[in-house]
Amino acid sequence: MTNILCAISLGNLVTRLPGGISQGLIWGLMALGVFITFRILDVADLSVDGSFATGGAVVVMLSIAGLPCWLATILALVSGLLAGLVTGLLHAKLGIPAILAGILTQFALYSVNLRIMGMSSNRSLNPSQYKLVISMRNIPKAILIGVIISAVIIAILYWYFGTEQGSAVRATGTNNEMSLALGINTPNIKILGLVLSNGLVALAGALMAQYQGFADINMGRGSIVIGLAAIIIGEILCDAIFKKGCNFAIRLSFVVVGGIIYYIVMVIILWLRLDPNDLKLFTALIVTIFLAIPYLKGKTKNSFGWAGKRSQKYAQAISNSFKKGV
Amino acid sequence: MLWLEHVSKTFNTGTINERKALIDAELHIAPGEFVTVIGGNGAGKSTILNAIAGTWPIDEGAIILDGVNVTGLPEYKRAPYIGRVFQDPKMGTAADMQIEENLALARRRGQRRGLRWGVTKAEREEYREKLAILRLGLEDRMTTKVGLLSGGQRQAITLLMAVLMRPKLLLLDEHTAALDPATAAKVLETTDHLVQENNLTTLMITHNMKDAIEHGNRLIMMNEGRIIYDVAGEEKQKLTREDLLQKFSDIL
Repeated sequence: MTNILCAISLGNLVTRLPGGISQGLIWGLMALGVFITFRILDVADLSVDGSFATGGAVVVMLSIAGLPCWLATILALVSGLLAGLVTGLLHAKLGIPAILAGILTQFALYSVNLRIMGMSSNRSLNPSQYKLVISMRNIPKAILIGVIISAVIIAILYWYFGTEQGSAVRATGTNNEMSLALGINTPNIKILGLVLSNGLVALAGALMAQYQGFADINMGRGSIVIGLAAIIIGEILCDAIFKKGCNFAIRLSFVVVGGIIYYIVMVIILWLRLDPNDLKLFTALIVTIFLAIPYLKGKTKNSFGWAGKRSQKYAQAISNSFKKGV
Repeated sequence: MLWLEHVSKTFNTGTINERKALIDAELHIAPGEFVTVIGGNGAGKSTILNAIAGTWPIDEGAIILDGVNVTGLPEYKRAPYIGRVFQDPKMGTAADMQIEENLALARRRGQRRGLRWGVTKAEREEYREKLAILRLGLEDRMTTKVGLLSGGQRQAITLLMAVLMRPKLLLLDEHTAALDPATAAKVLETTDHLVQENNLTTLMITHNMKDAIEHGNRLIMMNEGRIIYDVAGEEKQKLTREDLLQKFSDIL
């Protein structure tokens, strides 16, 4: 991520914002993938760090091999589906806890991604030689394409999670026991969710590789954290604007909005001439704060400390009456 | 309808916590029978229901449901035949989903879930009528998330979901135990109504002897993994609380 940001030419904030928005859109798309597992299936899937890079590696190598970039992008998505299938099988068929299954897949994907890139950790894709789907050479166009792809994906997800099958995925995430009792094959549904999620993540990785003009073995590192950041920022904003009245389509849209805002914050941090090497620390801080806010908010409303303080006057009255010998 | 032949299940086999939860259980239930199941803690009541539902595989014996040997089928494959209500109101419904979405999930019990709409317009009308039977006013709140409802309301919906596709067998696992007495009575009344209306073969576990006597047309008592008492028909109708208490003290 750091090298991606370094690639942004240093100018003033305004000239850099559109670049932040276009990258934010791509990360927002990735966050939609994380949303499927983290929010709908209630599983923290760490394989995304690997499948994002897989998407990038596949699109670059297939484009170099002579495939049209749009077709390479679709095949990159398919590679993500397969990565998700591996995590799904490890989890649902071999009984490995979801978090560990994700870590194992991510770990293995490092080698796989290196193999895909011909044992090189970095492969470039010259924008002037290929008809890229999206590129930082033309940022307004990149934003337009990012918005169109996001809108299409959100529409598809909205439709899908309203279908019988999508409802079964949601039901499995909310109540596994009930889903089994209603005849839903929950292990297979979990695999399905992980497959879809990683497919989306790899699609985002493929777009990112084209956008920046190269695929890097480390380009997916921290994806899960960025995805969580986008989801949480989006949810907080959504609740603030719509006062709990967010329907599913708006929630999905705000995941992408969360990705954009996250990236704008990153651009501002860089603009403040903070060390890009500290970006991961900042990201972790942001995610920590946003994850902690709902919890702490609840705590302040409902804390033993405050209850103890409120009880003092009553307790005082009792001890006073004892002193008076009542 | 339901045949349990020499069904045995032991938990934690070979460890110090080994527990024989079901020992050579034999049970034959005729179509339309409403059987209440009583027994102390650890008697095997929930175990026998879980064995039938397929929560885990049994160690010995066979379970035959409407002529089909379901012993080798996992829970989700038995689901087409079985409607189930759990003790915990939270367990039978999906909290994050709307009332109509929950009913729609139940309506597709045992069917392939494809890419057709999860809830159709025609279904909504059907659900509105069915919800009205509960007399809880839920028919006007069909897009409310189930998590916002009370335990009694959730349990009533679970009951409706369980009978929606007219299962061959209805399993009720102390489904009123977590409710206050007034709500419990109402849910039981609804249970009787739905069971009679759909002529459902039913197994109902209860800790309440009065309920066990007043509801259903057959009663079985379990102790230490065995069925030790089985009455039906007229004999069951004449049964009193004292008779059951006597039976309980005979065990001890």
